[in-house]
Amino acid sequence: MTDTTLHSSQPRLITLGGALPWLIGSLFLLVMPQVFTSNSAITIMNQMAITIVFALSYNMLLGQGGMLSFGHAVYMGMGGFMCVHFMNYIEDYSLPIPLPVLPIFGGLFGMGVAMIIGSFSTRKAGTIFAMISLGVGELIAACSVIIVAFFGGEEGVSGDRTMGPPVFGIEFLHQIEVYYLTAFWLVLSALLMYLFSRTPVGRMANAVRDNPERAEFLGYSSRWVRFFSFVAAGFFAGIAGGLFAINYEIVTEENLNLVQSGSILLITFLGGVGFFFGPILGAIVFTLLQSVLSLQTEIWQLYLGLLFVATVMFFPGGLAGVIMMHTLPFRLGKARLLLRPYVKTLLPALIGLLGTAGGMEILYHLRHAALGENEMSLYWISFDSHSVLPIAICLLTAAGGFWLAKRNAPELADAWHEANTPNGGVA
Amino acid sequence: MELILVNLIDGLVTGLLLFMLSAGLTLIFSMMGVLNFAHASFYMLGAYFAYQISLFLGFWMGLLIAPVIVGLLGALVERYGLRRVHQYGHVPELIFTFGLALLIEELVQFIWGKDQMPYTVPEILQFSAFSIAGNAIPAYKVFMIFISVGIFIGLLFVLTRTRVGMVIQAALSYPRTVEALGHNVPLVFMGVFGVGTALAGVAGVIAGPVLSTFPGMAVVLGSIVFVTIVIGGLGSLSGALVASLLIGWITTFAKAYTLRMEDFLSWIGFHKPVDMSESLLRDVWTLTSPQVADILPYLLMVLILVFRPYGLFGKRDA
Repeated sequence: MTDTTLHSSQPRLITLGGALPWLIGSLFLLVMPQVFTSNSAITIMNQMAITIVFALSYNMLLGQGGMLSFGHAVYMGMGGFMCVHFMNYIEDYSLPIPLPVLPIFGGLFGMGVAMIIGSFSTRKAGTIFAMISLGVGELIAACSVIIVAFFGGEEGVSGDRTMGPPVFGIEFLHQIEVYYLTAFWLVLSALLMYLFSRTPVGRMANAVRDNPERAEFLGYSSRWVRFFSFVAAGFFAGIAGGLFAINYEIVTEENLNLVQSGSILLITFLGGVGFFFGPILGAIVFTLLQSVLSLQTEIWQLYLGLLFVATVMFFPGGLAGVIMMHTLPFRLGKARLLLRPYVKTLLPALIGLLGTAGGMEILYHLRHAALGENEMSLYWISFDSHSVLPIAICLLTAAGGFWLAKRNAPELADAWHEANTPNGGVA
Repeated sequence: MELILVNLIDGLVTGLLLFMLSAGLTLIFSMMGVLNFAHASFYMLGAYFAYQISLFLGFWMGLLIAPVIVGLLGALVERYGLRRVHQYGHVPELIFTFGLALLIEELVQFIWGKDQMPYTVPEILQFSAFSIAGNAIPAYKVFMIFISVGIFIGLLFVLTRTRVGMVIQAALSYPRTVEALGHNVPLVFMGVFGVGTALAGVAGVIAGPVLSTFPGMAVVLGSIVFVTIVIGGLGSLSGALVASLLIGWITTFAKAYTLRMEDFLSWIGFHKPVDMSESLLRDVWTLTSPQVADILPYLLMVLILVFRPYGLFGKRDA
């Protein structure tokens, strides 16, 4: 046993291990548009980047501060609205403000709003905080239809990003130029948020999340700690809003309503709230799923809901949590042991899921397709949805897959136990 | 004067409906400390089930059977969902019920589609009970008032006068002691959750025909219900009643009487700017009370939380 308190050598500020993920990430962002050059791919990547910033800012509340917010989209939307208004001012009065600095105004405005609302909402964490965030979210979403001067009513506010002074000759006419702008802000804000989580305030946010009473005994006001996290989260949400405004050149009520707030909770939780990279994963996977699944099926939101509820019930750590569960087997060099049981259990489970999904698609088609339209196609096969055979096949596949998965599950459990036990340990 | 009476009745109907939901929510909250986000979804399920049953067996069987099914579903959710998530803490519990609300909405759309259901008031109640100065009060409204008041008297009786009610009340404050006395507290929890959701189901059955049965009905009422119990004070049943009626009346009156912000602002001494299109505050000047009726509850909630964080009748810290 080593006593760490005695050897508290000053850690170096920047280590290679710490900087490497950031360098790789930035490089990745630089190279991506060279690999996927189509406009639609770049649009998806832009959307992803914005969602990442937003999800990371949300996780400052949920993951690091333990505050469950149902109205975080308010700050993003507010930042977005401010940015669009700024864009229009720049156009109207020919102000010498270049486009790339615009998100900072969105951020500051989001921060200002967060300061006002946080002044009373951060008094308590937990249920009360969640309720207030919901109420304020509803309030502002409802106001946005009434107060037309700022929110533009139903149709929102639109602007033109190309009207500002060019930066080094770039006028942001092309999607790719906007991509690099977004990527720059993504790296910058992600880095800042990471560093924030390493500051004393960020650390205290964790302490207040886990045990506010003890934090109070140490002399910290848990309310102020929550307030600081809240304001910082509002700032970065505002930046995300600014990036959204620059990308889409329009901000509407939809950007700050409850649906948006709910979906960012979903994204962050699916990605995993326990780790810094969780929301990043969540945003990437969610955006991909959304753009792929919504093309394939009408009931993708049902699948998403099922996935979400299953995640909350069985994997509260989210995707990042599942990945990080494997660090120990890797460190012990026993990850190999897991490969065969994984294939033997997860492959049948996957087949079972596909069968279930097929059955649901057929049922949905059966109930909701237009009268007389019996033909549907599923998994690249066309058939008559009103006959018994396809649904029977789907149900049988599902049952068979799940039965096989269940039969092999104990083997996986054993292998998991074995892989997590050090050699020579008490087995 | 007559109009006031009509609005009072309308507000009472809305308020009692809200109370049916907030009563169950409050019971569940004070017992388990978890705010059931999916509560309004059970209300929606009640309406849809009742509609489906009414197609085969008529409205009255729907009123009887649908809440029972909803209550059973609620009990199952508690037993196999919430109890499992409970070990992770309160925030995951909230997230779970939030996910459940999303899921139920999607399931309803999966089964019944996105359109409004033709769920209507039964023929036997399609007449006007009486009229006040030419304003007919439909019999269905009177029926709604009687049903909800009846349920409350029943609930109050069970909670305060029966053995089961005593055990529930005791389990509210000292679950461990009650458990030590040999009562099955998890079963009590499950039962309360089931009854609470069944109450929401009843509300759905009787509100479905008038407020229309469509997949968004849970969202429309859901957040108002949370606002209600926050205003009333979390965990206080009488607070929930007062807040429900208050919200019912405020929204009804704000919609019935057009009060204009312009008059109010002039009355307290501001001058209306001549050129409205240039003024940043032009929307404030043109506000009218029907316009803001639906956001008044939220405004009230924020004010209450700022000045009296425990709510009107709340005693405990959430």
